[in-house]
Amino acid sequence: MTQTHVSTIVNGDAVEFLCETDETLLDVLRDRLTLTGSKEGCGSGDCGACSILLDNRLVCSCLVLGVEAQDREIETIEGMASGDELHPLQRKFIEHAALQCGICTPGFLIAAKALLAQNPDPTETEVRYWLAGNLCRCTGYDKIITAVIDAAAEMRGNV
Amino acid sequence: MGTHEPAFDVVGTRPLRPDGVEKVTGSAKFGADLTAPGMLVGKILRSSHAHARIRSIDTSKAEALPGVKAVITCKNFDKAKISPAKQNILCNIMAQEKALYDGHAVAAVAAISNQIARKALRLIEVDYEVLAHVTDVEEAMRPSAPVIQDDMFTVGVTPQPTQASNIAKRSEFGHGDVEKGFSQADVIIERQFKTAATHQGYIEPHACLANVTQDGQGELWCCTQGHFMVREVCAELIGMDISKLRVTASEIGGGFGGKTTVFIEPVALVLSREAGRPVKIVMSRDEVFRASGPTSSTSMRVKIGAKNDGIFTACEAELKYQGGAFADSPVQLGAMSAFACYNLENVKTVGYDVATNRPKNVAYRAPGAPMAAYAVESVVAEIADRLGIDQLELRLKNAAREGTKSSYGPVFKRMGLVETLQAAKVHDHYSAPLGPNQGRGVASGFWFNFGGQTCVSLNINVDGTIAIAVGTPDIGGSRASMCLMAAEELGIAYDNVRTIIADTSSLGYNDVTDGSRATFASGLAIINAARDAKAKLCARAAKTWDIPAEAVIWENGCAKPAGANAGNFAPLSLAEIAANAEKTGGPIAGHFEVNAGGAGVSFATHIVDAEVDRETGFVKILRYTVAQDAGKAVHPSYVEGQFQGGAVQGIGWAINEEYIYGEDGKLQNPGFLDYRIPVASDLPMIDTVIVEVPNPGHPYGVRGVGETSIVPPLAAISNAVSAAAGVRLTELPMSPPRVLKALEDSPDR
Repeated sequence: MTQTHVSTIVNGDAVEFLCETDETLLDVLRDRLTLTGSKEGCGSGDCGACSILLDNRLVCSCLVLGVEAQDREIETIEGMASGDELHPLQRKFIEHAALQCGICTPGFLIAAKALLAQNPDPTETEVRYWLAGNLCRCTGYDKIITAVIDAAAEMRGNV
Repeated sequence: MGTHEPAFDVVGTRPLRPDGVEKVTGSAKFGADLTAPGMLVGKILRSSHAHARIRSIDTSKAEALPGVKAVITCKNFDKAKISPAKQNILCNIMAQEKALYDGHAVAAVAAISNQIARKALRLIEVDYEVLAHVTDVEEAMRPSAPVIQDDMFTVGVTPQPTQASNIAKRSEFGHGDVEKGFSQADVIIERQFKTAATHQGYIEPHACLANVTQDGQGELWCCTQGHFMVREVCAELIGMDISKLRVTASEIGGGFGGKTTVFIEPVALVLSREAGRPVKIVMSRDEVFRASGPTSSTSMRVKIGAKNDGIFTACEAELKYQGGAFADSPVQLGAMSAFACYNLENVKTVGYDVATNRPKNVAYRAPGAPMAAYAVESVVAEIADRLGIDQLELRLKNAAREGTKSSYGPVFKRMGLVETLQAAKVHDHYSAPLGPNQGRGVASGFWFNFGGQTCVSLNINVDGTIAIAVGTPDIGGSRASMCLMAAEELGIAYDNVRTIIADTSSLGYNDVTDGSRATFASGLAIINAARDAKAKLCARAAKTWDIPAEAVIWENGCAKPAGANAGNFAPLSLAEIAANAEKTGGPIAGHFEVNAGGAGVSFATHIVDAEVDRETGFVKILRYTVAQDAGKAVHPSYVEGQFQGGAVQGIGWAINEEYIYGEDGKLQNPGFLDYRIPVASDLPMIDTVIVEVPNPGHPYGVRGVGETSIVPPLAAISNAVSAAAGVRLTELPMSPPRVLKALEDSPDR
């Protein structure tokens, strides 16, 4: 087996890795770059637990190959906080008890961040449809939706 | 509520959970997140036949593949040395003479990479003799059905049959004389119901990392609801002393009962022992659906008789649950809980636990109760409609209360069913207007709750902060509740308390986190450990002051002289006593060990509005309200979360989720695309009302809240859909084709 050399940017840092051509970006992130915040819930793009931003676009990293990361910019949950300061979405998720077990949380946060980047003032329905690709089995989504709407308000300056 | 409830300082507030930052930054370590030097990848070969005799397994080609370090089959487990109670677990984690369901493990490999491990699985040659199979509960009960277990002779019937069948057990509960009761009834309604099998659907697949070293010592990291259970089961299955196996519970990405047993853990340990290197196994989602989890599909008959004033004269249920290849259905709990909401003179429930060629059933949130409640509460709704009595009024007339002899035997202590019914009645949801094709349903539900074996340690640090070690994995924010109860009891700030989940070598035995027991039982133990610590803190203060220990009391986080006679000393805070501990006798810690009873029964009443699309049969949930008795809500946000999460799992069960088997006995929808759990856009907000009727069995009145919330939804939603459709629905899930068919068959059409 010949592995492929890939140069990419992960959470603002230049990163190089070798991977198999059939290896998913999720496996690369988790197994080769030790970024285990992105989770594999299904491996088929149905649960959203592996959500990342690839050139600012929301994708399931289990549906992207590692070799496709060449010359791209990747943002994972590990890059969401700035130093010791949590992103408002991260803070609001904790404040609103929007997580129980927490396995789906990284994916929801990345997906919600992508939503607010393009729609800073979403309605409840817009939040629900945007996040329909992220599965949560614990919360019934109620507190997640509340947290996203509250974070959006804070980010717009309406505290 | 009562007037003598204790007043609380911090219990009942909503502080931030102590593990929140880890979970929102991705640093929390779940089952699949750990690695070890030299780690191998473990993978499991699974049967694609529903029922087949395994003539032989040839692993030689796989073993010869470069990079493969171990290949195992059932021959690597010593079946003869394993106790009867664990034989089924062994047969489930690695097939013996027969593969019993599509997905049953037959062999496993450990290799240096994913790619090589996958290739090695393809090189294992299994010679199967395919046998006739059965996956439906009614078909499995027929005398002509293929018998799955040669040694299954029905228990609970006399005389016990001498011929093996798929009916493992008949159980019966109740009291009075139902025939007499039905003869006194003015109205009798009897219906048949069916429900499909559903999976717990946790988002985190089973994962573990095992390391058995050359000296025979083992370490295991895994996502589980009970790492002490994992230790004891694995130690026996692999023939190791319990003391030599140390199990650490990772963060757990959902369980709902599905992580109360072992699947991959003993396999990883044996692979590691064979290879002499650490082995990680992570299930794929396909494996999760085919080989772990599900709960029963059922076939049920319920008959209720009532007088014209609505009082029930007799209630009867016959429940048939299939429990997978080993008949592990929760039918007995279904039979016990079916009529628990009612005060009945004459009640009888009969349950049949049935084997089929499906995965071994595992507990799923209030195991067995949601299906039984679905059938019972559907008939209760029909009785109310027939008699022209308000739905909640009829339930209030017949409601079980403190002192009622329950349908499963014991007499109820203080309990809150009536309070949940009253809370539902005054909620504005109950009287809100409905539009065309919309219907409203209500249902009540019950769960027993559990206490169990529990052990905690509470260590006083030198700076006056507290380190608590519990043995119940935190599945939904329970660490916050643990910290709150310790802070309350010690009279210190919540932020000064941290709780960890200790590994099996660091703490005494703890039962699995099930039966909604974590906050109840570990909480009860923490309160008592804090009381133990307080007595020691008082003794240290007494020593400092040179007065008798009995002359010191604990108040507002400080030791104080009990009165003027005890002496005139300024109070000593917990932090001050802790700082001086070295000079007054060394470390200070509180401990408590208990097999906790008194868990306190739990009841809920749900209201739901649904709309039916008459062209497509599609059901939309418009509005949902949960009223449930929490005894005392320690952290109300996480109590609400349990109410909401249970309701939504129930919504999935009611309208979407279903194990679909083909004629070939293979599971046709082992993935989240085709096994569709509710997504955010399917749902409204889930309104909650926390009712607090204190549990006399807990120092703070706490009742478990995790399971009851999934008991009423199936019935409540079916009642709403039936009201909207104008026809009684009797089968779950109420998927569009089924609803459409019910509409087409309706005489009013």
